[in-house]
Amino acid sequence: MIEVQNLSKSYGSNKAVNNISFRAEEGEILGFLGPNGAGKSTTMNILTGYISSTSGRALIDGIDILEEPVAAKKRIGYLPEIPPLYPEMTVDGYLKFVYALKKCKLPRNSHLGEICDLVKISDVRGRAIRNLSKGYRQRVGLAQALVGNPGTLILDEPTAGLDPKQIIEIRSLIKKLGKNHTVILSSHILPEIQAVCDRIVVINKGAIVANEKSAALATGLSDCLSLRIRVEGSEAEIKKLLGGIHQIKRITPLREAENGVHEFDIEPKKGEDVRREIFKKLASRNYPLLMMKSNELTLEEVFLKLVTGDIYGGKGVE
Amino acid sequence: MLAIFKRETGAYFTSPLGYVFVAVCILTSGLWLYLSAIAVGSADLTAVFQFMYFVLLIIVPVLTMRLMSEEKRQKADQLLLTAPVSLFGLVAGKFFSAYTVFLLGVSILPVYGIVLSFFVKISWMTLWGNFVGLLLLGGIYVALGLFVSALTENQMIAAVGSMFLNLTIFLLNTLAAVIPIQFISNILRSISVFERYRQFTLGIFTLPNILFFITGAAIFMFLTARVLEKRRWA
Repeated sequence: MIEVQNLSKSYGSNKAVNNISFRAEEGEILGFLGPNGAGKSTTMNILTGYISSTSGRALIDGIDILEEPVAAKKRIGYLPEIPPLYPEMTVDGYLKFVYALKKCKLPRNSHLGEICDLVKISDVRGRAIRNLSKGYRQRVGLAQALVGNPGTLILDEPTAGLDPKQIIEIRSLIKKLGKNHTVILSSHILPEIQAVCDRIVVINKGAIVANEKSAALATGLSDCLSLRIRVEGSEAEIKKLLGGIHQIKRITPLREAENGVHEFDIEPKKGEDVRREIFKKLASRNYPLLMMKSNELTLEEVFLKLVTGDIYGGKGVE
Repeated sequence: MLAIFKRETGAYFTSPLGYVFVAVCILTSGLWLYLSAIAVGSADLTAVFQFMYFVLLIIVPVLTMRLMSEEKRQKADQLLLTAPVSLFGLVAGKFFSAYTVFLLGVSILPVYGIVLSFFVKISWMTLWGNFVGLLLLGGIYVALGLFVSALTENQMIAAVGSMFLNLTIFLLNTLAAVIPIQFISNILRSISVFERYRQFTLGIFTLPNILFFITGAAIFMFLTARVLEKRRWA
């Protein structure tokens, strides 16, 4: 279990992390979502005892990382943003070093073997780390975090630099680990966080913008999803026609996608589903509807919506 | 601490650095042995040891330059500083790994004495005095190099910085001689490493001198741990 209470970190007058609090229960995967420079890595570095906080506390299983660093660090496996590797060592030598460094008591060869199988690096164990690709290095970094089977895993952008197949593998691995570990992982990719995490903490400019169960955040956001449609016919007439649907808040003509086919963004009023209405209106006048899809929110839009309070009935910030 | 010691010592010998260090030690001391003792028909190794003071002043910083700086540059220090290891254990592990390589390098010196003793009568007290002095001196050099290495991310700056500091400490003695104020020159002379090392090369063992070197090394190790600690609070 991880508990963060009123954590702040200042660099001079610049507040990297500003008074944040959250909890991650045992067996919960907590996603830390935010753009670059939001304070994700800073928070994780504080949680793992790499840097100190200016004020506030971070507790790992109830142990304060500042007061009893050695005991708290024993319970954490940490994969920093840049995997902390020694290029001149072999993967095997490196993992044995980490094993000794963490004063691990589990049977060494079988334990390291299991980890290597889990993150799929068994075939490169004899190779020097400097010769490995970015994806393999990332996985060696993850293996390092798993050594000693710590109860809490803190993973800073664990899928960065991996290819799509590896990303899926690592995600399912994290899900598996999440069953009996407390996992905090950070990312700036919304779908990734949604796919893996039970709870999402959105952070922006050092402050928490949202702290929700994944499902709640997803539905909250989908409420105000806009639609993109493609219709064959005159742009002005279609706009006028659709303007007659009272559930629609705004219609934005975008471009002529094909010859005579126009694209529009439709923003419905809050909580309204206008898809059927659009179809019926267009069908009544024989305008062929060639495409309709919901626009996925970009991270920027998510922040904008969370910050401006578009989603949570005007309060927005928890 | 043992894990870090083993890794660092291993790293010295997976790169050429450890071998080069030992080779330079043997080469320079061997050359000086020939020039100052064998060529002139003397069995006195004091000149060799005094010469080693300067050789080590230059090459120990090369040995210690990457100890802390390289990890910081590659961000591998995140592994060590988030592992359940005390800062002092970390610093001590690094110190003793560099010190071990230093020992390997200078362990050739008593061998010279043993070889010479087959041909001439050797003043063993002088030889061992010299050697103990050198071991103590090495402790200060390594600890100081470690400290400077912790201050920077750049190996070259670490090397040049610790050479410069070593040189400054060496020059304190000369400086003391030209400062007319008795009080200041006394202080400078009392912290002069070379003055105390010279006494060892003459075969003079005194407890204050031994303690001086051990304390000096301990102070720089302590400062290294403080630098790491301070980095967390920056």
